[in-house]
Amino acid sequence: MHQQPGSDGYVLEIPVKSMDFKAAGEGASRIKQTLKKIGFAPEVVRRAAIAAYEAEMNIVIHTHGGVLEARFYPDKVELAARDKGPGIPDISLAMQEGFSTAPQRVREMGFGAGMGLPNIKKCVDHLAIETEIGKGTLVRMVIFNRSEGKDLTGS
Amino acid sequence: MNLAEIQKILEAKVIWGEDLEKREVLTGFGCDLMSDCLAYAKPKGLMLTGLCNSQVIRTAEILDVQGIVFVRGKQPDQEMVDMARQKGIPLLSTNKLMFDSCGLLFVAGLQGG
Repeated sequence: MHQQPGSDGYVLEIPVKSMDFKAAGEGASRIKQTLKKIGFAPEVVRRAAIAAYEAEMNIVIHTHGGVLEARFYPDKVELAARDKGPGIPDISLAMQEGFSTAPQRVREMGFGAGMGLPNIKKCVDHLAIETEIGKGTLVRMVIFNRSEGKDLTGS
Repeated sequence: MNLAEIQKILEAKVIWGEDLEKREVLTGFGCDLMSDCLAYAKPKGLMLTGLCNSQVIRTAEILDVQGIVFVRGKQPDQEMVDMARQKGIPLLSTNKLMFDSCGLLFVAGLQGG
């Protein structure tokens, strides 16, 4: 886990391993705690935490591993889920509620119902997905804060 | 409705939790699918589930759940209990079925959500 104050917001970088269900969710938990500490509105914290958790679970379930990154600003949080592939063949299909390619083992854990990306879309203000087969996927999310937050970078 | 009342109604065993009477629950959500909990459950709710793994505790934390009731007599392992304690989420376990548990709480005035 990596933290750095910088001019471009306060950053949390959390490595996410493929199929590591023990650690899965720890990144979203850290992001949630940071948002609470900064003083984001509870409803905003909740939406950002759900989006981060779904994105983190997507990396765990569907990819060869990656990184969950959060950049905190007083008025918004930017989340990025980067993975090392395999990429999404059809994004519009992946955005459909109920569509899932998750294996049975994942469904037994209570996930893989095809709600991940649709739920992320519901929670965030901006969503952009870039994907390349064999290379990986980048899911970028922005959630705006309604109340004024403290700037952790001190700038 | 508070967690102490819920414990009584469901004749549930407290696996971990302090000051249950101070934990006010606004809504209830019964589900074994964590994805659906994330999509539909409201804040400050009670989670009822028959699923028993660490992702239940993680999901509850993300959703600001006030307490988790494991139905059908499910017992979380020590690792889950430790995680719940660390995150401050009370755990209860009842031998009642999911349908009966939800029904009893609904009749007692707890709404879904």
